[in-house]
Amino acid sequence: MASMMQVKPTRMELSNLKKRRTVAIRGHKMMKDKRDELVRRFIVLARRNKELRVEVEKKLNTAMKSFVLARAVMSGTEIEEALLYPARAVQVEAKTQSILSIPVPKLTMDTQEGFVYPYGFASTGADLDLAVQSLAEVLPLMLELAEIEKACSRLADEIEKTRRRVNALEYVMIPQFDETIRRIQMKLDENERGNLTRLMKTKDMLQEQQK
Amino acid sequence: MAKMGVIGDRDSVLLFKAVGLDVFCETDGEKANMLLHRLARQGYAVVYVTETLYPHCKETILEYQAQAYPAIIPIPDATGTRNIGMGALKQNVEKAVGVDILFNN
Repeated sequence: MASMMQVKPTRMELSNLKKRRTVAIRGHKMMKDKRDELVRRFIVLARRNKELRVEVEKKLNTAMKSFVLARAVMSGTEIEEALLYPARAVQVEAKTQSILSIPVPKLTMDTQEGFVYPYGFASTGADLDLAVQSLAEVLPLMLELAEIEKACSRLADEIEKTRRRVNALEYVMIPQFDETIRRIQMKLDENERGNLTRLMKTKDMLQEQQK
Repeated sequence: MAKMGVIGDRDSVLLFKAVGLDVFCETDGEKANMLLHRLARQGYAVVYVTETLYPHCKETILEYQAQAYPAIIPIPDATGTRNIGMGALKQNVEKAVGVDILFNN
């Protein structure tokens, strides 16, 4: 049984409580709808997140393997020399979009035509070419992964928060209001009855005196 | 234009330089934390962290989780994947739905 709130049993409090109860019920309904929609979107995102992560990890592993091979063939300084200066900087545009008013990142990459190796071919091996090329291929996917993974974690947080609010309203606030309203109503009724009996008693006494 | 960075050990992240990401070689957890803070201040949109380093940066990552940027994303390093990224996703799903619906096969 929900505990009662500490309020004075007056008509004023009663009408205040009734108003708060209506607000709580409306809020509860909206929160519930919000939670359901968040979960629906989250599941879509989480599925995509899983697919992307599997793909990115697989492709990155291939790239890394080629790189390890390249390192074995070439000397450390040669590799650094080859990679030190990138042929192009990634152009990423970072905006925010909102999913049910939760800001999540929106990343877009300007893809430049034609892929160029950042080094000459004279001192580098084929493994390095392979590594760089596969990495360049996986980069757009990594960007999408970043976007979706961030969205997922933000949504998960928000869902947890919303669910807590829904539960707090449903199982604590609203029962508490109901209980308090009932108690005040009973108290007021009791006062009313007490008053009535007193009046009847006085009337009787007055009639006795007049006789 | 937003910037993207990679943090990790030399062997794993040097390659990212070739495609134009900003590479930071770091293997120490404490320093990586500081580096993450600095990158966040400098307005990096995405920072990829190798899975080896990722658990050491947990504090900083949690700090930035509530913001849209920067997105701190675990990636496998030269030694292969350790399923930390997948673990994070799994945790998210469990947090949101209550049960694991993606990996229950």
